[in-house]
Amino acid sequence: MNVAQLSISSIQKGLREKQFSALEIAQEANRFAAQENPLTNAYITLSPEAALAAAKRVDEQLEQGQDPGLLAGVPVGIKDVISTEGIRTTCASRLLEYYIPPYDATAVERLKQHGALPIGKANCDEFAMGSSNENSAFGPVKNPVALDRVPGGSSGGSAAVVAQGTAVVSLGSDTGGSIRQPASFCGVVGVTPTYGRVSRYGLVAFASSLDHIGPFARTVEDAALLLEAIAGKDPLDATSAAAPVPSYANEMKQDVRGLRLGIPKEYFADLPAETGVLLEAALRQLQALGCTVEDISLPHTRYAVDCYYILATAEASSNLARYDGVRYTARAEAPNLIEMYRNTRGQFFGAECKRRIMLGTYVLSHGYYDAYYRKAQQVRALIAKDYAEAFGKVDALIAPVSPTPAFKLGEKIANPLEMYLADIYTLTGDLAGIPCMSVPCGNTEAGLPVGMQILTNHFEESLMFRVAYQYEQARA
Amino acid sequence: MELSKDQVRKVAALANLQLSEAEMERMAADISGVLTHMEQLTALDTTGVEPMAQVLYPDSATASLREDEVRTKTVLGTEAALKNSALSGSGHFKVPKVIER
Repeated sequence: MNVAQLSISSIQKGLREKQFSALEIAQEANRFAAQENPLTNAYITLSPEAALAAAKRVDEQLEQGQDPGLLAGVPVGIKDVISTEGIRTTCASRLLEYYIPPYDATAVERLKQHGALPIGKANCDEFAMGSSNENSAFGPVKNPVALDRVPGGSSGGSAAVVAQGTAVVSLGSDTGGSIRQPASFCGVVGVTPTYGRVSRYGLVAFASSLDHIGPFARTVEDAALLLEAIAGKDPLDATSAAAPVPSYANEMKQDVRGLRLGIPKEYFADLPAETGVLLEAALRQLQALGCTVEDISLPHTRYAVDCYYILATAEASSNLARYDGVRYTARAEAPNLIEMYRNTRGQFFGAECKRRIMLGTYVLSHGYYDAYYRKAQQVRALIAKDYAEAFGKVDALIAPVSPTPAFKLGEKIANPLEMYLADIYTLTGDLAGIPCMSVPCGNTEAGLPVGMQILTNHFEESLMFRVAYQYEQARA
Repeated sequence: MELSKDQVRKVAALANLQLSEAEMERMAADISGVLTHMEQLTALDTTGVEPMAQVLYPDSATASLREDEVRTKTVLGTEAALKNSALSGSGHFKVPKVIER
């Protein structure tokens, strides 16, 4: 058995036909992850015992003729900002180096109910803040496709484990592009569902009005199945949506003839040619499948990066206030309480977290609130309205994910503004809360993967998967 | 918008964040660059636009309503709640002295 070649459907078939047991999958996946992880540093913590225990439960259920779930025997990686009961959850921060959550995130609980095998906790940028995975206190992740390059971020480890084959699927989180951009850089599928589609309970908060949990996979079908397993209303997250969860993997198999695709012209105006030619080829393929293509304008796109970095840092500065040296393991010594808070935070937060806490505190501070925070919330409304109007004309939008393919480790880390500006094509989707995904659309001449982004209206995941799946099949 | 080192010091105090002199200098440069870029928002007329604090879709206004019941599942016992603390004792979090007497 080669874990790197498995898919959810091949695992289901293999278990059903008794080619292998879930325990054999877990043993081989554990061995392979331990062997391969030093190459990329994609996992911070491996969880072999948890994988073996989950596998034994699946085998028992199969033995007794029970349904072991949609993800039975599927090796899965979990981003290290998602709480796992009894398994260290560091958020890639020195601050939580020894933190062991007392409960599971709802998404993790659902993985377990569906029989998934948790292989390990995937590396990421500290508290999910970054676009290159270089902001991890446990060292950067190397892109499995090109080891001198970044895997993208912040869910770089979650993308890398799937690309490397040490997990079949994984969970990431996306606040401004942190699933789609690493998926594009590593040549895998990455999905940001509608805001509220997957419960955020147990996802360590970065910017609560923008945070999403979503799947990574090597195929559109596996991503659809994983989303189906984790999506749905959760009483523990008041913002989780009550809308029923359809079978994405079934609905996506309808053809795409007659679908109207919109091309947001603002997203292509400054797009470098190495990415642009691949997207144009993908569009021709979609037209050959019977889709019509028309130009669309999203006029407020140019304000999106500023709007996002005001709102996201403001929310982050509030959410990260809880790390005060009292409840969460790390504490710096000081003679009094206030200095203990300050020293703990100064000593244990990394540079990017500090930058965002400072920026967020500034934009919320007295005298600046209206000029920055309130203004940004108004701009957010205009960006959301751009999308609402676009979806009155077309069924889905096709866009780039990132202006460039994976860049070299160290290449952009010195210039935070430049790094922020490269998030332009992804963070608008988070601001509007609409579903969006990256699906591989080929490699540049240098052999680096590039993703195509597909965006649809709220709760139209089936339509989004349908475009992605039919494109993937046609390309294969 | 240029941020001085003094302003950085003030914001760091608001954020309860200890920064070294070198960090403050770097922070002043980085944040000034980002804030200057953000100034382009002022050129956009947003008169009368309702601020958007949360993602909105047709039934989102009522989506968070639920029965008013105690949720035992999310209640941590004292031991579990203290388990990750930096310092605890006798069922409490311990912190440096707050009140001098």
